[in-house]
Amino acid sequence: MRGFFKTRLTPHLSINIIGRLKKMGLVIFFLLATVCVASVLAMIITRNQAYSALYIVLAFAALGGLFGLLDAPFVAAVQIIIYAGAIMVLFIFVIMLVNLEKGLPPERKKWAGVLAAVLAVVLLAELLLAVQGTLFELGRTGGGTIGRPVTLGRLLFTEYLYPFEITSILIVAALVGAIVLAKKERPTE
Amino acid sequence: MIPVSYFFVLSLVLFVLGIAAFFIRRDLITMFLAVEVMLNAANLAFVSLARSAGSTAGQVIVFFIITVAAAEAAVGLAIILLVFRQKKSIKAEDMNLMKG
Repeated sequence: MRGFFKTRLTPHLSINIIGRLKKMGLVIFFLLATVCVASVLAMIITRNQAYSALYIVLAFAALGGLFGLLDAPFVAAVQIIIYAGAIMVLFIFVIMLVNLEKGLPPERKKWAGVLAAVLAVVLLAELLLAVQGTLFELGRTGGGTIGRPVTLGRLLFTEYLYPFEITSILIVAALVGAIVLAKKERPTE
Repeated sequence: MIPVSYFFVLSLVLFVLGIAAFFIRRDLITMFLAVEVMLNAANLAFVSLARSAGSTAGQVIVFFIITVAAAEAAVGLAIILLVFRQKKSIKAEDMNLMKG
């Protein structure tokens, strides 16, 4: 991309376009971050479970875009395919199965929600205080070759081979557990 | 380009929103969704710190977190189904059989 601009266009124009692309990244970041936070807030506010699940799908898709901005294209694809796709479909299936005729029960007392919100704000302030020293040493995105699928796959099958195999056992255990739990008891003949 | 600290702060905000959602909503499925939000906030923190450290290992961890989240979702949703069959309700307050 850079080479293309340098060879075909005048240097001044190429710098201009790259600068504009950099600004564009910031705009995309704020757009995706707003979508993400707003849809999580909407998930908290809405009274319909199916809508909450769909808002979360939107939030996770936006999060996938953020991973893309962080030079993690493969993680971004996995996030959208596995999380926003597979796991959320599981949720929506269960929401359809758990069909509440009377609708959702009324919420707990109001002061509990207010208390939770206040405590959440306090926790956020605390976390920000805890990381404020390191926040400015984190650098910027772009450059380097991290996050390429080749590098990821190699790490996964060399250095992280044991964790990888152990997670496959975990998945099998979870599958068997879920089937045994959700199976309807059948009277034995 | 974009400072990594923005992503990190966003991950903190998402995590806190997940905790708030967990305590504000009282039905099991939405509480479960809140847990997923928290897991994803952790994922975002891992990916942003991987970018900051210039190492891919942080992104490998994300795969493990997604796998664990999938396993957790399968088992948790099966438990929710079971609770619903027995109690015809998915309110967290109705799960009080262990109360003395």
